[in-house]
Amino acid sequence: MSEGEGGRPHGGYRVYWVVWFWLLVITVLELGVVLVHVPRALLAIMLVVLALMKAWLIIAYFMHLKYERLSFIYAVIAPLFLGVILFFALVPDALDGLRLR
Amino acid sequence: MTSAEATQEQGLRSEWGGGQSPFAVGWPKLMMWLFLVQDTLTFAGLLTAYGFVRIAAGRWPVQEEIFNLYLVGFMSFVLICSSATMAVAVAASRVGDRPRALRYILYTVLGGLVFLGCQVYEWSHFIHEGARLFSNPWGVPLFSATFFIITGFHGAHVTAGVIYLLVTAVRHQRREIQPESVEIAGLYWHFVDLVWVFIFVLLYLL
Repeated sequence: MSEGEGGRPHGGYRVYWVVWFWLLVITVLELGVVLVHVPRALLAIMLVVLALMKAWLIIAYFMHLKYERLSFIYAVIAPLFLGVILFFALVPDALDGLRLR
Repeated sequence: MTSAEATQEQGLRSEWGGGQSPFAVGWPKLMMWLFLVQDTLTFAGLLTAYGFVRIAAGRWPVQEEIFNLYLVGFMSFVLICSSATMAVAVAASRVGDRPRALRYILYTVLGGLVFLGCQVYEWSHFIHEGARLFSNPWGVPLFSATFFIITGFHGAHVTAGVIYLLVTAVRHQRREIQPESVEIAGLYWHFVDLVWVFIFVLLYLL
């Protein structure tokens, strides 16, 4: 893809419809893996990976983050690990709660 | 210190030493990104609480029997389409194609309204079946609490986005705002789509 002014994609709107197409393909895949009944743990991993792929497509192309400076990309992506840390910090307590039942 | 290191340090100092824009984005856009980062953490908190409740509950209703996955799939489809039309509107506004920008913002608004309509239907159906904030017929009281709070928060974001986009469309048409403002409105709208990606997977499918 050619890059225009300010590192932005140049050459019309085609890239957005390509991303749109792949987002729909991934959504259909998500519904597909639910309907074929794979083991629970595998299902969880597949769904999270597919969701992260969709998230990356939206952030990189629709929100143009791919075309921003690297320092800016780090600045907005780094805080998101707090969310991941929060989840893994609380899971042990949730399992304790389950055991106390 | 080698000369390469010295050059690099000098480069960093001149970039971060003040009087520059090290991120190379305007401040309105930077502020919107910062807002979206903190809003992401709000939803991360909600979804983590949902995960906690669900793991600690030990059992959970089978979502496929309660939710209409075709309706939810359609809602995802609508939101993805509206995100794509918004991306086109932003690009059109950047090259100065105002009529196209207006048309595509309005398509986006239409998508948002269809999504909200589906959500109203889903909620009223759910309530009609006996679901309340802290009680429901499916055995796990917090099941409906997580559903109403998380989809409610998201729906409120969609509603705010629809209003935001309408204001943006009018002001852009009157030439009161620059293309950058359309892009910022677009960032917000894509974020709403982004959150739905995770709600769709974690609340409905998993």
